[in-house]
Amino acid sequence: MHKRVLVVGGGIAGIQASLDLAEMGVEVFLLEKGPSIGGRMAQLDKTFPTNDCAMCILSPKLVEAAAHPNIKIIANAELKSLDGEIPNFRAKILKKPRYIDEEKCTGCAICMSKCPVKIPDEYNKGLSKTKCMRIPFPQAVPALPIMDRESCIYHQRGKCRICEKFCEADAIDFDQKEESIDVEVGSVIFASGSEEFDAAIKDEYGYKTFPNVLTSIEFERILSASGPTEGHITRPSDGKEPRRIAFIQCVGSRDMQMGNEYCSSVCCMQAVKDSVIVKEHLPGVEATIFFMDIRAFGKDFDKFVNRAKDDYHTRFIRARISAVEIDPATENLIIQYNSEAGSLIEENFDLVVLSVGLLSTAGIRKMAARFDIEINACGFARTSSFTPMTASRPGIFIAGTFSGPKDIPETVMQASGAASAAASLLTELPIRELREELPQEFDLRGEQIRTGVFVCRCGINIAATVDVPGVVEYASALQGVVHSQEFIFACAQDSQKLIGEKIKELKLNRVIVSACTPRTHELLFQKTLSSSGLNPYLFEFVNIREQCSWVHQKEQEKATEKAKDLVRMAATKAGLLEPLSRMSLKVNKGALIIGGGVAGMVASLELSTQGYEVFLVEKESELGGNLRHVHYTLEGEKTDRFLKSLIAKVKKDDNIQLYIDSEIREIMGYVGNFHTKIGNGKQTTNNKPRELEHGVVIVATGGEEYQPSEYLYGRDERIITQRELEERLTKQQSAIDKLGSIVMIQCVGSRNGQYPYCSRVCCSQAIKNALKLKEINPEVNVYMLYRDIRTYGLKELYYKKAREKGVIFIRYEEGEEPQIEAQNSKSEQQASNGEVLVKAYDPILQRNLVINADLVVLSSAIRARKENKILSQMLKVPLNADGFFLEAHVKLRPVDFATDGIFVCGLAHYPKDVSETICQAKAASARAVTILRKDEIEAEGRVSQIRKERCSGCGLCIEICPYTAIELEEGERVAIVNEALCKGCGACAASCRSAAIDLKGFKDEQILAALSVV
Amino acid sequence: MMDKNFEPRIVAFLCNWCSYAGADLAGVSRIQYPTNVRIIRLPCSGRINPLYIVKALQNGVDGVLVSGCHPGDCHYISGNLVAGRKFALLKNFLVHLGIEPERVQFSWVSASEGPRFAQIVKKVVNEVKEIGPIEKMVKRL
Repeated sequence: MHKRVLVVGGGIAGIQASLDLAEMGVEVFLLEKGPSIGGRMAQLDKTFPTNDCAMCILSPKLVEAAAHPNIKIIANAELKSLDGEIPNFRAKILKKPRYIDEEKCTGCAICMSKCPVKIPDEYNKGLSKTKCMRIPFPQAVPALPIMDRESCIYHQRGKCRICEKFCEADAIDFDQKEESIDVEVGSVIFASGSEEFDAAIKDEYGYKTFPNVLTSIEFERILSASGPTEGHITRPSDGKEPRRIAFIQCVGSRDMQMGNEYCSSVCCMQAVKDSVIVKEHLPGVEATIFFMDIRAFGKDFDKFVNRAKDDYHTRFIRARISAVEIDPATENLIIQYNSEAGSLIEENFDLVVLSVGLLSTAGIRKMAARFDIEINACGFARTSSFTPMTASRPGIFIAGTFSGPKDIPETVMQASGAASAAASLLTELPIRELREELPQEFDLRGEQIRTGVFVCRCGINIAATVDVPGVVEYASALQGVVHSQEFIFACAQDSQKLIGEKIKELKLNRVIVSACTPRTHELLFQKTLSSSGLNPYLFEFVNIREQCSWVHQKEQEKATEKAKDLVRMAATKAGLLEPLSRMSLKVNKGALIIGGGVAGMVASLELSTQGYEVFLVEKESELGGNLRHVHYTLEGEKTDRFLKSLIAKVKKDDNIQLYIDSEIREIMGYVGNFHTKIGNGKQTTNNKPRELEHGVVIVATGGEEYQPSEYLYGRDERIITQRELEERLTKQQSAIDKLGSIVMIQCVGSRNGQYPYCSRVCCSQAIKNALKLKEINPEVNVYMLYRDIRTYGLKELYYKKAREKGVIFIRYEEGEEPQIEAQNSKSEQQASNGEVLVKAYDPILQRNLVINADLVVLSSAIRARKENKILSQMLKVPLNADGFFLEAHVKLRPVDFATDGIFVCGLAHYPKDVSETICQAKAASARAVTILRKDEIEAEGRVSQIRKERCSGCGLCIEICPYTAIELEEGERVAIVNEALCKGCGACAASCRSAAIDLKGFKDEQILAALSVV
Repeated sequence: MMDKNFEPRIVAFLCNWCSYAGADLAGVSRIQYPTNVRIIRLPCSGRINPLYIVKALQNGVDGVLVSGCHPGDCHYISGNLVAGRKFALLKNFLVHLGIEPERVQFSWVSASEGPRFAQIVKKVVNEVKEIGPIEKMVKRL
């Protein structure tokens, strides 16, 4: 048997894990209990903090999963039993009837349009109706209808069968039965997700009683162009546009009464995002968020919150709301809350959105028990900080919110990490070789130009501004165009299918898609062309969303005119496009990993386990990075022991070549073929080669602790950082025993004007150390001065514990930072009893406090390393404004760079704790293996081309080419291009004095043709 | 003599990796800017043959914007620098021919500079509006 993995759950976690495994050569069974994969992400309108449209980025993944020859999607099915062990699990799957013959059905949806029975639409949270026979949502995968037996008239009363009458494919099967499927797999990934809190249980908020109280997911559907109101924001009671909207946070989270003490991690940012989007829809609306702490702990989250405050005027009110009342006359909602000054305020809202938490239900607990997966006190799958995707049962891995609430990038990282872990168990088994059988390409010689133009409405993203039917009509009259039509979503699977059909039916030999940006969707459409027998380079993409409808929202006529112009330019260029072929590149099976901290070491071991050679480069003289200064986790696990064993494993691993005290001098090359020069510092470990050849690069260079310049740090011994406190707590407890009062100050060097980001780990670290202090001496007074406590997810339990143990939390506002006065400096006079005075304003007591502290502990920020700049230039990958490496996509490509073959993990990406670092390191290695496991990858098709008869052999192009891809041919004195090395920048073409060079796909004549019709 | 209703036609040549992505980001951020610009995507600013700019002006395009990665950020290592050298020469030449310098502008916009892209478009459109439609070099049939 070859490598096989079962993935349970078809949300973004399951999809990502499946795609990574499939690319690693593993056959995947992707099991989904609903009728379509996509999970909760498919219901979101946009994603924070970039406000990317969720469906736009998810849909290509759905299509990719459906099309991948290594993935078999089994939807509408449940896992019944799982016996056996690594690498022989036997899974029994029960596939429920759809009442459709999946082989025959074309997904045309005529049955849906003819079905007379309307039922509440689950996808829209019951806010609209769908049919008893329906396709779950437009981009559903598989794109097949499903019948709801309970509401089917024929099934209930024995009459109707209208769907059957209209189905031309003869695909309706009223008698379909459950089907049992047995599969044998080597390991299993559970990505089964979590449930939303049922807001009706908290009846004080009036959900289901008052019509204008919605949950956050319902509100997402209302915001969505494909939702029940097509993106028009109206309130349910009277269909009027709301003027005042309130978001109530922590509904069913951080709530002891409900037994859910943890934080759901994502709701703060979701509410902030919704407040921004709602304002874009309805400029006059006023959005108010009632919160306890704003937990904007992720990359660029705080900047987004600041934007919501400053540019969108979202009101943030710190108050826990106890009840929502209704004004029966208007059906408006009344919220009373205590202002921080203590006065009771009453406000009136048109609409209230409850930010419901993510939770584990009795059903999830039962399922976990059935498959021997241990759960923790909160009902989520139990994992440890050092094995964050490993379940208690050997051979089973966890991805996504089944192991606790988390946002999309965290989920994607854990999913890729789980894929790596699952594949690592199966190294003995052969891979499943995939040879995608593409149809023979049409011979275009002598054919006339036959262009098809497909214009996307993108829900209302394009259609609300651009007159899409107008563009379609205009395109139909352009030269060479034989077909033009519109799509609601051009990226949807059924649209792809239709484009393929049109290519064959109308013998299209040029395709133009006018939709979003080629940067995200070009590949998807090119694949559709290839699988329809058309060369993928006979394609032009017209961007009428990012560069038209979204930037000209108020100028509909002019935007439409612009869209027409762009289509005309594309059609003119398309006529001159030629079929291109790609050449294959050999892949070097080695990996360069830069940085010997936890991230680098975990990634190294993961790759080594899978059989690849690793060059691990560390600039310091020992391995371990920042974890050397962390001695225990918030959850009480000992990091020292973990680190020691990790270092030992790395050192004795034969596949890992260790370069200590070494620096990267130069990195040249490209995916599959990098050449790196390593310079060494003080010493060399034997005579290892200093010039390396490798196929991928993983950047794991870490971060560093900020050395504060504020709060007298460095000028008084009694003022230390959290890291220094932790050192003392571990090594000199006696010095701690004597302390009577300790003040911790949060956000030192974080969340300020110059460094607007949150360092993510400091709240948890401070609480961890506060608890340790209390454990050593319960009498010690610990004060924590904070702005928001950001103990996200299950870390919240320790915040509660700290409060119970008597740690005193005092909040301060930005601009009212605490002041410190040292009575007398201990550094001068060791025996003195002097204290440090910490002055702070308590917004609840509304007065100034003075705390006498024996020790002041600063929670100082994590900074990006300054050397990142040099490395980023060597690798040609970007940094964000704060100096951290900028990944290819913040949501769905959290460890990739836009440049192939280079990945990032650990603090080099953003501050994170050890468990998150390990997740990301494993994710980076999973992504690296998707390249390393191939012997060859295909090079660019758009490369330079030299017309020998024009070349004078001057050699200017050779000088200009940054990839040394051009050389002079011996004897003939003309330049020749090495297509494997050419990256298609075109600098040679634009510089050639004899116009002898052109760039395929961007030829002079093609561009000039477009210019001639601007 | 400025015609208030004059809507210039501008062509923007953007490199795929930085400036085109920056223009996408302006869209994702819903930053509004004038509709006058028609964007042509190229792999790199180094691909832009000076002839394209000259041809655009001959075709009656009122202004040309060329934008690539910031120096040091080029996806193709040095394409933007090659472009920079070429355009400095071209610009001198065009000015010599009597083309107003505002008509042909070069800038660097990164993938994270959506607002900057929008701002540059506004600037170019306003400046070209100010000097009016192109007269010189235009081929009229």
